Amino acid sequence: MTDQKTLAEPETSGPYRRMMRPMEGRLVGGVAQGLAAQLKLDPVVIRLVFVLLSVVGGVGGVAYAVLWMITPREPYRGEPPARDWSQLAAFTAIGVALLAFGFLTGASRGGIGMLPFAVGGIGGLILWQQADPDRRKNWVSGATKSIRKNRVRTLLGVMLVVAGGIGFLVVEGQLQEAGQGLLFTAVVVGGLAVIAAPWLAGLWKELQLERRERIRQEERAEVAAMVHDSVLHTLTLIQRVAHDSREVTRLARSQERELRNWLYQPAQDADATLAAAVRRIAAEEEDAHGVPIEVVCVGDIDLDSGGRLGAMLKAARQSMVNAAKYSESPSISVYAEVEGEEVTIFVKDRGKGFDLDAVPVDRMGIRESIIGRMERHGGAARVRTEPGEGTEVMLTMKVEKQ
Amino acid sequence: MTRVLIVDDHRLFRSGVRAELGDSIEVVGEAEDVDSAVKAIAELQPDVVLLDVHMPGGGGQEVLRRVLGAGSQVRFLALSVSDAAEDVIGVIRGGARGYVTKNISGKELTDAISRVADGDAVFSPRLAGFVLDAFASSEAPPIDPELDSLTQREREVLRLIARGYAYKEIAKELFISVKTVETHVSSVLRKLQLSNRHELSRWATARRLV
Repeated sequence: MTDQKTLAEPETSGPYRRMMRPMEGRLVGGVAQGLAAQLKLDPVVIRLVFVLLSVVGGVGGVAYAVLWMITPREPYRGEPPARDWSQLAAFTAIGVALLAFGFLTGASRGGIGMLPFAVGGIGGLILWQQADPDRRKNWVSGATKSIRKNRVRTLLGVMLVVAGGIGFLVVEGQLQEAGQGLLFTAVVVGGLAVIAAPWLAGLWKELQLERRERIRQEERAEVAAMVHDSVLHTLTLIQRVAHDSREVTRLARSQERELRNWLYQPAQDADATLAAAVRRIAAEEEDAHGVPIEVVCVGDIDLDSGGRLGAMLKAARQSMVNAAKYSESPSISVYAEVEGEEVTIFVKDRGKGFDLDAVPVDRMGIRESIIGRMERHGGAARVRTEPGEGTEVMLTMKVEKQ
Repeated sequence: MTRVLIVDDHRLFRSGVRAELGDSIEVVGEAEDVDSAVKAIAELQPDVVLLDVHMPGGGGQEVLRRVLGAGSQVRFLALSVSDAAEDVIGVIRGGARGYVTKNISGKELTDAISRVADGDAVFSPRLAGFVLDAFASSEAPPIDPELDSLTQREREVLRLIARGYAYKEIAKELFISVKTVETHVSSVLRKLQLSNRHELSRWATARRLV
């Protein structure tokens, strides 16, 4: 304990620090952890030492109990943290395996025969503690991590050991001679599994890492393809038609829309719902005529099989076409709303407007494609316009609530 | 003369806005990230801050949190390329008095700044649509009926904004004064900011549409 001072961390004041049992990270009573902190060793080492000593006539168990009684518990605020049962199970498994080993070799029956094993084991552990700290840390963290993460595997290991123990008792009674070899094999295989677990876990982790990296690279490639195929092409096109401001706007708008869809829009069937269909139609007409169409949708509804909403969408498209072609408005507003059983679509422009009564009877645009179509399908269309005041088409349709 | 601070991480965009703003607006400064924005607001005390939503260091919402959290009375108008519901509802609930997208024309932006400087709210058609959608989509009964639901008149005003009407046109359509329209919009803004219906935020997150 004399070199404790030099080893102690700078923040611990005083020449002698009292040993405490921490609540956090304890497996049984926190004794091993407290001792490990005191001796500047890894708690895993101390735990293994206790397990080893317990196998030898229960010395470890007694020492543990005594230390538990004489060391105070570290003050801890809040609810005591849960124990890591899977780690505890792993240590128990090691203990049971060692015990079985002792019985088989007959060492523990003599009491003294096991001691060299124990001493050698403890020495080995301390040596191991002195080994390259980085590498050791990797082993330990790998092992505990794999134990923590693979509860199923740990459980399987414990079950194996328990089954081995039961089998051992059976063999003791009947097939003592033949069974021993078998049991040895089981124990050795179990031990190998424990040793190999961290390594396997590391391999598995590496594989996961590689897969994640691959997915990331694929994503990056997709982004690059998107930027190259559409954005760069559009920018080139824009430079080529720089003299035509209308065409430049059209290209920029359509590229912006495509990019936004790709960035934010969930992949969906464009014609499954009303809002999606309205957006698609507006995008198409915007492309065709080079006039920005702003779409706002409130509520949504699946398209019906009866074709009423289909007819409504056609009327809406015709309204957008009219506004884009004839109104000379710089932009068009489309508002689609589903409220209860009523669907309403407004198409508004701030263009020159017209005199509705003066439209010749043979002009099919408004009378047939919009008003007539809506009425044939049980809906209604209203056109509000005046010369110089812009135009607004309002389409309404009743639908059955799904 | 309205004194304006432009906060945006794109230099090109800042100078573009500066050039486009009308004579009634004086640009007193520019900032390019959260820290410089907070500092500039404290130093210059502008009437209105034009605030970009996406910026290094936490974005517009962080600026709002730090400036309004410190008790400042500066008014914010959010300006963004994003039309995502999350962003729009986020900055409005963070305390901005309006939200417009960057493709707004210079004249419209000038109008919007004056309106925010006067203490009114500025709703784009899309923001109006979001609000209607968010307040309509609730099936649960409102916790605070005064804050958690819109009046018939407010709904009408929002619907007309969503349809592309200017405030003047709305006033004419509903036979009310422009001032009354502004009052209704400000009242909706207040509800949007103060209503603690968690559905609002949840709705905005669920709806990742542009």
